[in-house]
This record gives sequence, structure tokens and C-alpha cells, in this order.
Amino acid sequence: MIIYVNGEPQEIKQQPFTVADLLVLNQVEMPEMVSVQLNGEFVKREDYQTIQINDGDEIDFLYFMGGGAR
Amino acid sequence: MISFTDQQLERYSRHIILNNVGIEGQLKIMQGKVLIIGVGGLGSPAALYLAAAGVGTIGIVDADKVDLSNLQRQIIHFTSDLQKTKTQSAFEKMKALNPDVHVNTYHLRVTAENIREIIRDYDFVIDGTDNFPAKFLINDACVMEGIPFSHGGILRFSGQTMTVVPAESACYRCSFPEPPPKNAVPTCAEAGILGVVAGMLGTIQAAEALKYLIKQGSLLTNALLTFDALKMDFRKVALRKRADCPLCGENPTILRLEDIEQAVCELKR
Repeated sequence: MIIYVNGEPQEIKQQPFTVADLLVLNQVEMPEMVSVQLNGEFVKREDYQTIQINDGDEIDFLYFMGGGAR
Repeated sequence: MISFTDQQLERYSRHIILNNVGIEGQLKIMQGKVLIIGVGGLGSPAALYLAAAGVGTIGIVDADKVDLSNLQRQIIHFTSDLQKTKTQSAFEKMKALNPDVHVNTYHLRVTAENIREIIRDYDFVIDGTDNFPAKFLINDACVMEGIPFSHGGILRFSGQTMTVVPAESACYRCSFPEPPPKNAVPTCAEAGILGVVAGMLGTIQAAEALKYLIKQGSLLTNALLTFDALKMDFRKVALRKRADCPLCGENPTILRLEDIEQAVCELKR
């Protein structure tokens, strides 16, 4: 299946495929530093293992970004 | 009612000539009150541009002094300002740029105790802080007080920003419910920042403040704009206001402000 991660198409052969699997595949080293949206909906951290990603789904990783003053 | 002097008509002529600004819009800018929290990488360009634009009252909040390592990006502070408070240094530049502007300085750190009283006097808030406890505090206080604000963050070659209009659009916690754990946050010293990236982001935040004052165009609400200056890629991700947001949702669990304990990035000041 083809999914879209941060707007970029990505081919996935693994089935079933969860949000947690996607984090591993994309080598997100610190999942605590990322929020995940699936088709525009916020995904709760406790649901990463259970929510499945399907063909055509759009996933966005939103990263914590601090910085600014000092 | 403010009337324009000939000098003001000249100074703001390039605004006034714009269809979406005009005399009415410039008047709104001159009656506007914007608070900038943190006069560092993001706050420097924001403070300069808002002063240049003639925003009537600009508040600047910062507890720090100007350090040599700031000058690579915090363009409101000069080499001759080293060891001055950032608020004093910024105040001097803003007044020199535009004596019309009233500048309130707050040489302090915002806390759960003081923030609501400070932001209450302003129409719009710009978050130019460098740490997550402050970012969450600003989000929570602005949502509770119903004051629109611009969130901003920068890291290495990247920046992100979103505008929050409380009760109408998604807040920061709709997408980032809790601050990241302490040990997951890279320090400023580890991460670094390309100076100009701070300017790019702070300028976007200032544009949002001006658009809010003149009520033109559409704000960066319900969206997170991120950019990567290395590739010069800009991306806007749609966000939704969440019914189960712990702060602005239907059954909020965050009902009062609390200071979040977290070490701010360790850097020689």
C-alpha cells in the first residue's frame, strides 16, 4: 500500500501496520518528541500500538520545537 | 480619535497605500497592543517590525541580560549592549526606530502567578520563549484569558508556528497535550540554530500580529506551518480543535495555571 508521511508517498509492504510500526520504520528515535496525526486527526499516544494505517492514509509527524529566546 | 501628523502620513505611507490597510488599518495598528514574551531570536525581529509598523503599545518581557552568544541571531541587541538587560536594550532600539511607539518593559520571567495579569492588557501575544514550560504556560494563560497568540519554535534549520484564537481554533495542547519529558529535549547548546531561521520565524509571527490588528486576510489558525531552511521547504499541516483537548476541549482537566518544572536549556549566559 501507499501512504503519505508528511506529504511524501511511502510504500508499505507490512500488514497489518500500526502507528507504532510507522514510528519504528521512520526511525523516530524519540517518540516523546513527536505528535502524530492520522488523516488530520490527533492520535493519542496510548493508541499507537492499536491504530492501523491503511492504503492512502495521510500521516503527519508534528515535532516539538522549542528555541527562541536564549 | 488619533489623527495623523504629516510625519506619520509619510512614515506609514507604504502601509496606507495598501488596499488592505489604508488609513483605517494604520489607525488600528496604532491603537493596537501587542505583547512579546522573550526578546531573543524570535522576539528581536518581531519587536523591530512591530515598532516600525507603529503598533501603539508593545510590551516586551525578558528576564535575561544580553550575552555574546546571543548576537549571532538576536538582532535587536548590539555588541555595545552586552550585559544590559534585554528589555532595556530592546526598548532603546524600538524607541530609536519609532518614537511614536509606547514600549512597556517587564524585566521578569512569566510564571503561573504573574502571566494572566500581564497578558490581559494586550490584544495579541507573541511567544518568543525558548523553553516548553513557558510555551505551555503562554498557551494555557492565553486560552484562559481569551487572548489570541502566535506560537513559535525553532531548531537548527527549522521553524514552526501556529496562531491560536482561543475558543475558535485549535490550541497548542490540541496537538501537543503535554510538555515533552525533560530528558527528551535537546539543549540549545546541543542543537544549535542558524541565526536567520529565527528571523524568518519571528517575522512570520509579527505578520500574524499585524493581520490580527487590521482584521485582514486569514490567520495561521488550525494549522501548523513548518519550514526547513536547508531545503527551503514550507509545509502547512491542518490541525483540528479537539473536543477532548485537556485545556480547550469540552471537559477540560486543566483548570488553573501551574508552573511546569523543567530545566531550561543550559547555556552560558
